[in-house]
Amino acid sequence: MHNQAIQVKGLQKSFKQLHVLKGVDFEVEKGSIFALLGSNGAGKTTIVKILTTLLKPEGGTATVNGFDAVSNPDSVRRSISLTGQFAAVDEMLTGRENLIMIAKLRHLKNPRKVADELLNRFGLTDAADRSVSTFSGGMRRRLDIAMSLIGKPQLVFLDEPTAGLDPEARFEVWKVVKELANGGTTVFLTTQYLDEAEQLADQIAILHEGRIIASGTLADLKKLFPPARVEYVEKQPSLEEIFIAIVGKKEER
Amino acid sequence: MDAMENHFLSDMRVMFGRSMRHIFRSTDTILTVAVMPVALMLLFVYVFGGAIQTGTDNYVNYVLPGILLIAIASGTSYTAYRLFMDKQRGIFERFQSMPIARSAALWGHVLTSLVSDAISVAAIILVALIIGFRPSAGVVPWLAVAGILALFALALTWIAATAGLSAKSVDGVSAFSYPLIFLPFISSAFVPTESMPPVVRAFAENQPVTPIVESIRALLSGQPIGSDIWVALAWCLAILIVAYLFAMRAYQRKVA
Repeated sequence: MHNQAIQVKGLQKSFKQLHVLKGVDFEVEKGSIFALLGSNGAGKTTIVKILTTLLKPEGGTATVNGFDAVSNPDSVRRSISLTGQFAAVDEMLTGRENLIMIAKLRHLKNPRKVADELLNRFGLTDAADRSVSTFSGGMRRRLDIAMSLIGKPQLVFLDEPTAGLDPEARFEVWKVVKELANGGTTVFLTTQYLDEAEQLADQIAILHEGRIIASGTLADLKKLFPPARVEYVEKQPSLEEIFIAIVGKKEER
Repeated sequence: MDAMENHFLSDMRVMFGRSMRHIFRSTDTILTVAVMPVALMLLFVYVFGGAIQTGTDNYVNYVLPGILLIAIASGTSYTAYRLFMDKQRGIFERFQSMPIARSAALWGHVLTSLVSDAISVAAIILVALIIGFRPSAGVVPWLAVAGILALFALALTWIAATAGLSAKSVDGVSAFSYPLIFLPFISSAFVPTESMPPVVRAFAENQPVTPIVESIRALLSGQPIGSDIWVALAWCLAILIVAYLFAMRAYQRKVA
């Protein structure tokens, strides 16, 4: 019980005629990276919204950090943070102002200091006093995630954190997620990129037609398939690997 | 729960500071809520005013109340826009998933709306004084004018909140404000209603803007206000209550 950051049992939700969640069950271990996989419209965001107290389920239970998401939303909100599908940053403010605003709303003692630390950690110090409307997609996403880390929540929700990002920015986000998990934060991540789940997740669940059809570690999931056959294939680097290698070298110089 | 409510004021102050920054960084907003009404006032005073028979010798005194109402109506249309953008861009969801006082985000917008309306009203009155506005009101009538304008602004703000929270597209957001901005033109704001054809006149004399304009005008010029002020207050309160209920319903639906 105490090792579970999230417990979901029989979760149901429909929008008008559309039955999106038809009884979803899964558990997320504390300190792990959990990836919820599913195609567009599978209901990933609906699950995230229920777990972050933005939506109420019609059936089933959702327990987050030991608190029921429906009956005790305030305690849930204190222990989590959400990075939604679209970078929820204030475009009219600067990067620094965005961070200070969230730090104030989290009622922290020294909002300026908190902002400075995060700007530094996310490589945004140079752009700190520029309006966010001038930020690139990757910078916006980094700021977005930085805003979610204010107040050190135990559990961070990242809803499709790399959607629409270029490979370099994706790589940066992956790095941040790994660092978070190394620091003991539980990360709940939704994605439609299989390689992302493979790269990051300790646990993977696949959501399909309103239910979790498979879950476990990557090794568990691989067991579901016929045993591996030995084949001889010439290993070619993927275009992504080439891109990252070239761009990475450039930056080192 | 108690801790949350204790944070209401400080959370709302953060929200208020945020949306006031939005206003001062948006040239478009400043143009619409301050420059446009001033331009309209200059147009009426220096272009049309000479041909309008109002029975008063100072047309600036006559036209100012209507200009103030137009400024407030166009100001609140930006309140709807800002609320809609928050909802659209996901920042609303971020706030709602945080441990902050529940309605701080909404009330922050309402307070911003009132304060920015007050600023544009003050700016317009200042220009009016420069071009010859000569009020003969004492402190109490001025306070009464401020009260009526605040009530009017609050009523319109709740209409704006309803529009901002329930609009589906950015084009639809400010549509509600066009009739409100236009309403003063079919009232006694610019010309006396006696000059209008019977049907238009009947409408003009029985819509909310006319009693509001008449009361403000009477208060500012130190004349007896009669029953207009009660009709004006009744209109403002009625609109305020109905709009508030609608806005709250839209808000509850949003935060589910």
